[in-house]
Amino acid sequence: MNRSHLRRAGLLLAPIVLLAAACGDTTETVDPADPGPSTDPVTLTLLTHDSFAVSDDVLAAFTEATGITVKLLRGGDAGTVVNQAILTKGAPQADVLFGIDSTFLSRALDEELFVPYEAAGSEDVPEELVLDSEHRVTSIDYGDVCLNYDKAYFADAGVTVPATLEDLLDPEYDDLLVVQNPATSSSGLAFLFATIAEFGEDGWEAYWQGLVDNGVEVTEGWEEAYYGSFSGGGTSEGTRPLVVSYASSPPAEVVFADPPVEEAPTGVIDASCYRQIEGAGILAGTDHEAEAGQLIDFLLSVPFQEDMPLSMFVFPVNPQASLPKVFLDNTSVPTNGYELPTAEIDAHREEWIDTWTDLVVR
Amino acid sequence: MDRPGGALSGRANTALLALPVAFLLVFFAWPVANIVGEGLRGDGRWDLSGVGQVLGDPDLRHVAWFTLWQAAVSTVATLVVALPAAHVLARYEFRGRRIVQALATVPFVLPTVVVGAAFLALLGERSPLGVDGRGTVTAIVAAHVFFNHAVVVRTVGGLWEGLDPRTEEVARVLGASRFKAFRAVTLPALRPAIVSAAVITFLFTFTSFGVVRILGGAGHATLEVEIYRQTADLLNLPVASVLALLQLLAVGALLVVQARIERRRRTAGVALRPAVRTRVGTAGERAWLAGNLAVLALLLGAPLACLVERSFRTSGGHGLNGWRALGEVSRGSALFVSPMEAVINSLKFAVVATLLAVVLGGLAAAALARAEGRTARGLDALLLLPLGTSAVTVGFGFLIALDRPVDLRASPWLVPIAQAVVALPFVVRTMTPVLRSIDPRLREAAAMLGASPGRGWREVDLPLVRRAVLVAAAFAFAISLGEFGATTVIARADAPTVPVAIARLLGRPGPLNSTQAFALSTILMVLTAGAVLLVDRWRGRDEPGSSGWV
Repeated sequence: MNRSHLRRAGLLLAPIVLLAAACGDTTETVDPADPGPSTDPVTLTLLTHDSFAVSDDVLAAFTEATGITVKLLRGGDAGTVVNQAILTKGAPQADVLFGIDSTFLSRALDEELFVPYEAAGSEDVPEELVLDSEHRVTSIDYGDVCLNYDKAYFADAGVTVPATLEDLLDPEYDDLLVVQNPATSSSGLAFLFATIAEFGEDGWEAYWQGLVDNGVEVTEGWEEAYYGSFSGGGTSEGTRPLVVSYASSPPAEVVFADPPVEEAPTGVIDASCYRQIEGAGILAGTDHEAEAGQLIDFLLSVPFQEDMPLSMFVFPVNPQASLPKVFLDNTSVPTNGYELPTAEIDAHREEWIDTWTDLVVR
Repeated sequence: MDRPGGALSGRANTALLALPVAFLLVFFAWPVANIVGEGLRGDGRWDLSGVGQVLGDPDLRHVAWFTLWQAAVSTVATLVVALPAAHVLARYEFRGRRIVQALATVPFVLPTVVVGAAFLALLGERSPLGVDGRGTVTAIVAAHVFFNHAVVVRTVGGLWEGLDPRTEEVARVLGASRFKAFRAVTLPALRPAIVSAAVITFLFTFTSFGVVRILGGAGHATLEVEIYRQTADLLNLPVASVLALLQLLAVGALLVVQARIERRRRTAGVALRPAVRTRVGTAGERAWLAGNLAVLALLLGAPLACLVERSFRTSGGHGLNGWRALGEVSRGSALFVSPMEAVINSLKFAVVATLLAVVLGGLAAAALARAEGRTARGLDALLLLPLGTSAVTVGFGFLIALDRPVDLRASPWLVPIAQAVVALPFVVRTMTPVLRSIDPRLREAAAMLGASPGRGWREVDLPLVRRAVLVAAAFAFAISLGEFGATTVIARADAPTVPVAIARLLGRPGPLNSTQAFALSTILMVLTAGAVLLVDRWRGRDEPGSSGWV
């Protein structure tokens, strides 16, 4: 009986052994520790967040031109990805990281996560969009976080759309705004930064107290706010006509409309935007530094830059890239977004979030 | 307890346990030890400042307390709602029972993003029920009951229908009331399954992440949510490590308590037999059945119906546009995989994870079912520990622990392996009680009639083992299909599963994206229900345990 039992167990184990063997196979081809002769086709691993997207043909053209295959590795949201990279510093799991923004930049630079590389075309990027003058991180796109409003609501109610952050304290706008929790949502955090940039270290708490008194609603994530509480989106369920979202949300409402619409049902309040610049960098410890540089060049090249608006709904930093019509028609290219120095963000982020939490949700 | 027919030597048991234990050491204990170690001794010195930070912080103490009490309330509520349903599904035959049974499994495999969205639709600002329950504990508990209902129905029901109803009838003939007969005869026999289901439900709600994050509002956080924040958002490993240890300790304590209860109340082998279902007879029975089905319809049906309804919603009313859009892969972009591809990815991962979990868990269960004493109970508890560990702890542990000798971190196998770690405890939980309940006397009888031990095993144990394996496999498959936490925390190759695709679609503006997300959720729902029905049919009717996990 023992034997029959064990033999059976042996049979059951066969798949595991096969699996283990298969594991060995697949990892061999991607093992970054195995440099191989440089004439061989190189596979680069690009570590990025869940929102990364590129059209297949655009990426295929890069592979055709350079012989470099790009393998995507997704690590969750932008913050998680950067923290994963910090944790694996020295033994990176990828060659290039895409998706670092000013929120995490200072920490990543302190940890010396990236190898400096001056990408082809980076000299053309407007100065206000440059994340790091030492080229450890190359700016690729910007996607500003802005207040969106429900056009129909304000037209029907005959109320003027608020123009500034200050306006939101007006009793006329009570119970109209929904925002995200900055502790759990990147758009919520960006909006908190916008208010700190506007009202200063000493003034933002009072401003938020005003928002609370004026009936601001807080959700945990962007989805709950936009689909659950906001009234403006095509399938939005809620009743509030003001929401923290993105500058690119109105064009998205048109692109993904159902049935098709000419004009977005929502608009952007220009003076409420927080600038979020996203960059890419070569991870220190890669064995393919030269090829990784080619990948950064590609991310900054016109084909990729013109693909981004409709695949990731962000704006290109390369001035030669043109925007699709649906963007030009339905949103303004944000010009003077709020910004905070990255070192200041790194020093105070936790403290601000804790203060905000005590003030707004406890 | 002595089990003459089934005792394996200690050495054979060790052999059975070697693989599952090795698997958990490599893919659970080692990564967790690494990440916790990193937090507690970052610069090569032990740094216990995190302990003081955690214990001295009233907010974190509040989080710990909230985690505990909401889990207790959720567990009791789940038992209260699900035990009557388990009875109805195990004992009565009625039109559509199989479909109800299959649909009742669906909530358990739906990803939390979807359940969150469905509950928001149900309890949000424009709730059809007229209640705005967002941010309340009631909403959290309701969602927890929705999720874990199937755990109780499947675990307890599987045993219940295999019990001989005649024992209870004998008690009633002898003059016991219906309730007394239930309490004296059926309840003791069900107790192992009830305790087991309650422990799993408690663990699940104690470590709840998605539901609390989406429905809880900003004011409610569990330890799991806080560990995620401290690890993934803040990379504050000292505090995260202390919290992870705290959660592990709490879960360990619960398991020790459970092991003690089990030792005191271990029931003798309960004879399982083919299920006998009766049609409802008396008016009382009819009301009981109808009442239970009504509760099922409201609790499980309403959120699911909301999901399906939203997949047909358009800006102007209702239509098929979301479904049509699923067929077109927008702009050939890497973000929008075709739903077919996501479904295939999901199935691939689920098959590998199920295979791993069932083989390893089966070996462990076989050893545990035959072993007695302190060691067995200890191992039993240890095998459940992965359930008490936050997905982000394991995921980040993988990052720093699995880069040598072979770099597994970018391997596509990592996702099914992580899912198998999550599913393994369920497999062990599901299989051990069934294996244990095999009456040794049957085996003895076979031996006495001249059957060799091998034949005895084949003809007595195997049919019951086969059922237990199927039950466990369905459990593991379901977990893997809906698994979202570990899958998103691990940096993974670009092979999005259905839950991941749903989350991506839900994460961007535009009506078509949200209707597509709900259409995909409906597909996932139908897929699960279909699989459950299929396995049910394939396995044949009226074997004991047919309302078990399959």
